[in-house]
Amino acid sequence: METDFNTLQEFLTHTKGIAYLLIGVALVALPLFWRFITGRDGKKQTF
Amino acid sequence: MGITRRQFFGWMGAAVGSQMAFTAQAKAAGTAHFTGYPGSMGVLHDISRCIGCRKCEAACNQVNHLPAPETPFDDRAVLEKIRRPHAAAFTVVNQYKPKGKPGPVFVKTQCNHCMEPACVSACFVKALTKSKTGAVVYDASLCVGCRYCMVACPFNIPAFQYHNPLTPEITKCTLCQPRIQKGLRPGCVEACPQEALTFGKREELIKIAKQRIGAYPERYEDHIYGENEMGGCNWLYISNTPFTGINMREDLGITPAPALTAGALAAVPVVVSLWVVFINGLRAISKRKEQIATEEKSQAVSAAVLSEQARFNNEIKQLKEKAKTEKEAAITREVKKALEAAARGPSENGAGQTPPSPKPSGTAHPEKQENN
Amino acid sequence: MEHLTPTPPALTTGRDTVFTPFNIVSGIIILIGCVITVLRFTRGIGGVSNLNDTNPWGLWIGFDLYCGVALAAGGYVTCAACYIFGLKQFRCAVRPAVLTAFLGYGLVVFALNYDVGRPWRLPYPIFLSQGTTSVLFEVALCVFLYLSVLMLEFSPVAFEWLNWKRARYIIGKVSMVLIIFGIILSTLHQSSLGAIFLITPSKLHPLWYSGYLPVYFFISSIFAGMSMVIFEHSLVARFLHDKIDAEHHLESNNVALGFAKSAAFLMAGYIMIQIIGIAIDNDWKYLPTRWGLWYLIEIIGFVAIPAILYAIGVRERNIKLIQRTSLWAVLGIVLNRLNVSLIAFNWQLPLNQRYFPSFMEIMTTIFIVTIGVVIYRFVVTRMPVLYAHPDFPDDH
Ligand code: SF4
Ligand code: SF4
Ligand code: SF4
Repeated sequence: METDFNTLQEFLTHTKGIAYLLIGVALVALPLFWRFITGRDGKKQTF
Repeated sequence: MGITRRQFFGWMGAAVGSQMAFTAQAKAAGTAHFTGYPGSMGVLHDISRCIGCRKCEAACNQVNHLPAPETPFDDRAVLEKIRRPHAAAFTVVNQYKPKGKPGPVFVKTQCNHCMEPACVSACFVKALTKSKTGAVVYDASLCVGCRYCMVACPFNIPAFQYHNPLTPEITKCTLCQPRIQKGLRPGCVEACPQEALTFGKREELIKIAKQRIGAYPERYEDHIYGENEMGGCNWLYISNTPFTGINMREDLGITPAPALTAGALAAVPVVVSLWVVFINGLRAISKRKEQIATEEKSQAVSAAVLSEQARFNNEIKQLKEKAKTEKEAAITREVKKALEAAARGPSENGAGQTPPSPKPSGTAHPEKQENN
Repeated sequence: MEHLTPTPPALTTGRDTVFTPFNIVSGIIILIGCVITVLRFTRGIGGVSNLNDTNPWGLWIGFDLYCGVALAAGGYVTCAACYIFGLKQFRCAVRPAVLTAFLGYGLVVFALNYDVGRPWRLPYPIFLSQGTTSVLFEVALCVFLYLSVLMLEFSPVAFEWLNWKRARYIIGKVSMVLIIFGIILSTLHQSSLGAIFLITPSKLHPLWYSGYLPVYFFISSIFAGMSMVIFEHSLVARFLHDKIDAEHHLESNNVALGFAKSAAFLMAGYIMIQIIGIAIDNDWKYLPTRWGLWYLIEIIGFVAIPAILYAIGVRERNIKLIQRTSLWAVLGIVLNRLNVSLIAFNWQLPLNQRYFPSFMEIMTTIFIVTIGVVIYRFVVTRMPVLYAHPDFPDDH
């Protein structure tokens, strides 16, 4: 985080790497949250 | 808002058309490299030479017919406070006392006449334009007074006549465009007693700046301010002290302002086209769903009706049969009774009626209960 | 446009007395507003506001324009839910949402008459000189077109009220086109309001500045619109309950549940893209600063917590909780828009060069909001917005 970057390539390698990890987190966290929201829905509920 | 439908669609078409133009532009920017108007003019301000005499301010005031200031231009007390260009002054000279410098440093501030100006990119009526001479000029007859140019300018240059109630204008340095067109030098450059200001072609000015820095590397910072800042400016600075210490930001980056919004603007036509597709697709899906739902519903209903009918018929049939058997039984019973009575003799009269026929139990009409 | 001063609010409720507390308060505010209007057009913007050369945009842009447009998003969001996603049970919510949007945008344009230097030139960018490189041009064009669309979308209500059957029939024929137009135009200008600040990377704090600004603004406008619809329903149910028919009342709970569910999920997605935005620009170093704390208050306190409360409200079918949360979420949107346009803008300047709105600026904003409330009341107490018109029972 306090890393110094000298090239755009270095900067992108670092930031995109973190971004990909965050995408992974999103793929797990968001469906879980959706299950939390809809956890008590009756079967009839359609919205 | 009395617009006719045709006008409305006409403007919608114009909107889409103009957005197509954005894409073309964004595409052009992919490989093209723009270097500004060839031979455009600029000014080199050598901060190390400036003595803060404010003669340039006075000249600017005079050539632009601005109102006289509260205190005369030779009053150096003004320098105690940091000022910025405002409605009554297109340029101001400020005094800084950076650390590690024995004496004060003076810096003249005015519009930098950017090569790719943020203010021009931001103006939604083209009231600001970059001219071939290098000057960024303003046309008050178009200006709405939205002040987006002021928001956009990274150098905080354009000012606004806040106390003009009905016809307020944006004010900023014009690089003395009218004088340049007459072959004259800008007012401030002509007035400067120290040659701290040099007017010339931008390419030449960069050469001069490099020569000075090269000749006196211990005196100058190795940075021509304005060479690359925000894509470059026609006004350039060299200094004997770091720019950050004299209120000149060195973190602006070199991306020209129009490039900052080009991507978002290029997305506009894409969004329009794709949204039409998505929206129609979604509508088709939800319509189909609805259709399936109604079909299923009607099927379910008719199925329910059928089974109900069958049940009803069945019940009727059973009842009929029951009634029939009961009737038969009753008849035989009666016949038997009659025969017995006849056998016993005619003393008794009247025969008991048949048992009451059972009423069909009310067919089920289940009340539908909405549980919402 | 000094002549735009609205008619006084008296007589607008049609009750026995015009001196109800509501009328008195709004009357006073509107009187003050008229005085400020005169001052604005005799003394100039500088005479009534604290705006200056370094802080050219203030409360009138930050609240009246930015928050006004975001909170009027309920119109297109409800139309999309009902007519595009086919959630027919939301149909009762469409008219009030379209009315709010129409009023909201109308007032945004009204407020601009105070803020811009020469308001009578506001049509210039559209009709006279198109500055197509400006994001503001795109916003102006979209807002102009969308306001026209909203007027047409709302016109059936007025036609039913006036009993102009023919006009009502004709407008009903093109309603779907209008709705699709409205959604596209809203997508564009909601996001472009964020894109306005793309040109100021050196002035807007890095935690708020991002290449994703247009996306942030678009996504947050959706849950802003939903929250606003829920909140508005709770207000209407409380203060104008005699104007709602049974169907609307029943369905407003469904709308609250449906919108709360979608809003909660969208807010979670929004938080995710905010974090990704920080990662992409490598802005982590700003988080452990005071600005970082302020940013976290906005994101956690006014997005994450309302999202969780919405989720709990949906799980437990707790309409009260959802309605309270909607106010919280609405405040969160206001905070976000003010942060981007005012608070985190010019963050590097010393405190004495920063902007704080003047009393008259705040009063102007209150004045404009009051006009909105008065007109809303006027309309819903007379026109078939919250109930179906007996002669026009079905909407389409
Ligand atoms: S310095 Fe500011 S006002 Fe001058 S051209 Fe550049 S962006 Fe425009
Ligand atoms: S204030 Fe005038 S010059 Fe500046 S952006 Fe607006 S219309 Fe253009
Ligand atoms: S006239 Fe020349 S020396 Fe005097 S303040 Fe201006 S730039 Fe500096």
